[in-house]
Amino acid sequence: MRNAIEVVNVSKFFGKIKAVDNISFTVQEGEIFGFLGPNGAGKTTTMRMLTGLIKPDTGQIRIFGLDIIRSPLKAKQLMGILPEMSNAYIDLSAWDNLMLVGGLYGVPRRVREERGERLLKQFKLFDRRNQLVKGFSKGMKQRLLVCMALIHDPILLLLDEPTSGLDVESTILIRNILRELNEKGVTVFITTHNMEEAGKLCGRVAIVNHGRILVTDTVENVKNKTERFKILEVVFDRVADFTELASLAVNGEFNVFDERVRLVVEDVDAALNRVVDYARNNSIRIISLNTLTPSLEDAFIKLTGS
Amino acid sequence: MNSSSNYYLEQFKRSLLIMKKNVKIYYSKGPVIVFGVLLPMFLFLAYFIGRNISLHEAFPGLLGMTVFFSATSVGPTIIPWESRLKTLERLISTPISLWSMFLGDVLSSFMFGVLISLIPLILGFILGVEFINCFLLFGGVILGVLCFSAFSILLSAYPPTDTPSTIMMLTSLVRFPLIFISGVFTPLSALPGWGVILSSISPLTYFVDLTRASLTGVSYYPLYIDLPVLVFIAALFFIIAVSIHKRSILKRLS
Repeated sequence: MRNAIEVVNVSKFFGKIKAVDNISFTVQEGEIFGFLGPNGAGKTTTMRMLTGLIKPDTGQIRIFGLDIIRSPLKAKQLMGILPEMSNAYIDLSAWDNLMLVGGLYGVPRRVREERGERLLKQFKLFDRRNQLVKGFSKGMKQRLLVCMALIHDPILLLLDEPTSGLDVESTILIRNILRELNEKGVTVFITTHNMEEAGKLCGRVAIVNHGRILVTDTVENVKNKTERFKILEVVFDRVADFTELASLAVNGEFNVFDERVRLVVEDVDAALNRVVDYARNNSIRIISLNTLTPSLEDAFIKLTGS
Repeated sequence: MNSSSNYYLEQFKRSLLIMKKNVKIYYSKGPVIVFGVLLPMFLFLAYFIGRNISLHEAFPGLLGMTVFFSATSVGPTIIPWESRLKTLERLISTPISLWSMFLGDVLSSFMFGVLISLIPLILGFILGVEFINCFLLFGGVILGVLCFSAFSILLSAYPPTDTPSTIMMLTSLVRFPLIFISGVFTPLSALPGWGVILSSISPLTYFVDLTRASLTGVSYYPLYIDLPVLVFIAALFFIIAVSIHKRSILKRLS
């Protein structure tokens, strides 16, 4: 399996601000890789370096083995790009936008016409192909932008916040098509701060904050890395003095909501026994008892401190 | 075909696509119509009406203003507009070289300049303006429009704003003084010594001089200076424009 993206010790400064701080990661061919982080974490700067718009101050970036600085045009030819700050030409029709971008990727006219028709049908825009984009909704514009990223049949897709602010229908449509493309072998690199999206789409993720990569792993492993802190939620049959249970909680994360007690614990087994003992000693009945596995969002919040 | 010439051919095809896109989008924009068509027309009328000069005498000025204003009206609007509508990042993310993208902008300015310049040329023919050398006239128009189109890309290079009106205002600050120092209203031979020196820094001077030569057979500078100077300045403006845009283009994305 080839490396689709190789990022080695890359840093980028804007004046005195270090936007990206010595990051390294690889994305293998055929992966859906999520690059997650809060706003200002360095996601868009990294994306712009991957797409050759910004030169890194240090380090190397290779796209399918091509150095992005030395061979930007060849590398760009392999990528389908959806920049975050991007728009289609609102004074052109959807069709003209697609044909323009197809031409800029050097796709022969007949091929881009065939692909354009297929993509517009796939993204449910074919009936509106001759309308000016200025009349399109945000979801339709975004779907068109994804079509524009796909017109040259790229083997690598780089998408910056692809479903940000979209309606449910467009989100699901884009997500499903990305999955289909990935099944056909297209590598997908997504930056997002939407944990739900990352959890549903990505096989592996990197979580970034303040320009640094905090963790790079599979979604499950990232969750597991924060799973040593599990959430224990107990509902008793009545309100009582639960302060005795506070000693079980890690970092003081102990909350009481009437007869419901929620605490973050490290050793679930020990905590469960203590809770059962507490209930027995105080003649209180346990109505329900749940251990909640942290979601990717919990892991993200924990790691980034957001 | 070797890989180098193939590269330039492929990039030139992309320039043509950029030109086609610009024609569809920018030719009908308000600032382009106002600064590229209406302004030279009204300037000429203000200069011509009520003065005791023939159309034959005024024609170099009319053509000079038309060529200059029309060729410099499309170029400055493109990049600020692309920045504002957030189409620029998409565009430069494709496998197109910056020089190729700006060549497309120059070509679209060139096409507009040539089309609009046909209006005074056709009017001149209809109204009986006599041309001694039509080849020189058309050659001069082509070179002049090309030179001013390259100039228009330079005009939009700095500051890296996303407000077309700011660039159009700054462009006017440059264009109007050039009109007055370039022998458009007064032949170079009638200017004082310092006026001639001043006018020599303006590319418009050489175009107007060529036009006068095509009408009267007499030019202030020899043709072997006028023609190469226009070509040289066109190339110089283009190289400087691409170089400045290259440095400032990322500021437009933020």
